[in-house]
Amino acid sequence: MMPDLGKYVVEVLSAYAVSIVLLLGLVWISVRAARKARETLAAVEARKEKRDG
Amino acid sequence: MSIWEYANPKKFIATTTPVLPWVMWAAAVTLVVGLVWGFFFTPDDYRQGSTVKIFYLHVPAAMMAINIWVMMLVTSLIWLIRRHHVSALAAKAAGPIGIVMTLIALFTGAVWGQPIWGTWWVWDPRLTSFLILFLFYLGYMALWTAIEDDDTAADLTSVLCIVGSVFAVLSRYAVNFWNQGLHQGASLSLDAEENVADVFWYPALVCIAGFILLFVALVILRTHTEIRLRRARALETRMRA
Amino acid sequence: MIALLKRDLALAVRAGGGFGLGLAFFLIVIVLVPFGVGPQAELLTRIAPGILWVAALLAALLSLDRIFALDHEDGSLPLLATSPLPLEAVALVKGVAHWITTGLPLTLAAPALGFLLNLQPSAYGFLLITLLVGTPALSMIGTFGAALTVGLRRGGLLLSLLVLPLYIPTLIFGAEAVRRGADGFSATNALVLQGGITLGVFAFLPFATAAALRVNLR
Repeated sequence: MMPDLGKYVVEVLSAYAVSIVLLLGLVWISVRAARKARETLAAVEARKEKRDG
Repeated sequence: MSIWEYANPKKFIATTTPVLPWVMWAAAVTLVVGLVWGFFFTPDDYRQGSTVKIFYLHVPAAMMAINIWVMMLVTSLIWLIRRHHVSALAAKAAGPIGIVMTLIALFTGAVWGQPIWGTWWVWDPRLTSFLILFLFYLGYMALWTAIEDDDTAADLTSVLCIVGSVFAVLSRYAVNFWNQGLHQGASLSLDAEENVADVFWYPALVCIAGFILLFVALVILRTHTEIRLRRARALETRMRA
Repeated sequence: MIALLKRDLALAVRAGGGFGLGLAFFLIVIVLVPFGVGPQAELLTRIAPGILWVAALLAALLSLDRIFALDHEDGSLPLLATSPLPLEAVALVKGVAHWITTGLPLTLAAPALGFLLNLQPSAYGFLLITLLVGTPALSMIGTFGAALTVGLRRGGLLLSLLVLPLYIPTLIFGAEAVRRGADGFSATNALVLQGGITLGVFAFLPFATAAALRVNLR
């Protein structure tokens, strides 16, 4: 299954690993921030509703 | 009905929310297909061995790093001229993505350069301009985070983005003047005599499409985040008043 | 305009600080370099043009945050903005004043410091000319950076992060011209390009600076 990477195993694998980690990290941070922002806004709006009655 | 209607934050969220999951999945599928294809099912290059596989990451990331800056320039201009908040926030949302793309391009380039050129880093024009681009991204994001007032931050970063673009282009040519480098020219241009072979070309195309889709998905998501945060802040201050 | 320039110069001279401090910083950086790279004369000769340029650039950076900070603190900046003088002209004058108080002394001091780095005799003329042509651009770009960060409490560090990348083209052409000139090649290309950057910077950046100031005064 694993292709034969010859003598450049370390280079190729580390390039893929680091890039994928960076991309996934970016996605994860973005998704988490999005969820947090949605919750914050919902909380603030709920408070506003309650106050304005 | 004009395109500017989507500049309304509410309308923007309402329109893009149903699209977002599709773009996200499309990005994920394309990226996985492209990278798996590139990693497992392409032959080695006769000179570079298996290191050609790095290019399925390097080339799209480098392209995105430059194009994201261009996109930020356009949205900055739109913000300065037409004062659409979504535009400014999209520029802010794109910044960190650009930083990550630049980092990937620099890292994969260094890892490829080590066995092939025999060095992690050379002060070659292309490499140097990428480092400079990275500095520009850092300064741009630093200015965003330093200024508290949202509109002031949007204005100042837009001005910086425009001035920075001019200087980025200047640096590109100044660096060329300063050192002729090792990096090959564009290998994917359509009019070039000698181009990469089809076996490498198709998976690379898929990867480029995947990176673009990923960028679109992330920008929409992050712009939503910025819009919601700003709205929450505005509501807070209004309630306190 | 002249009155504003005179006022700025008078303030700079009276306050003292920026003026002498920039020069002292320039001297110290130049003195530190041989400690860092070793005292071999031929090595120093080779790197002298670049080191002199980088050190001059850093020294010019040092006093940038004071361009607008003082006016901002004592409230004269809004006054300047409402005066009949267009804000673009104010920006230009500020840049020129910064150059006269920082760029010009640095330029004049550079040949003296060249001796410390064993600069080639043929390079002195080029060093003087490139600094004369290049430092105005540094001052104007710095004024733009100062305008961006004028309202911020801890703007100094951010200012250097914003401004230093913008200095790259000027630095490249300046140091390259000195190097080529010292080695007997033609330095005209680099000099002309550097002059072009300086002129372009003075033509366009006052507008960007004024725009940034207006945003910050809103």
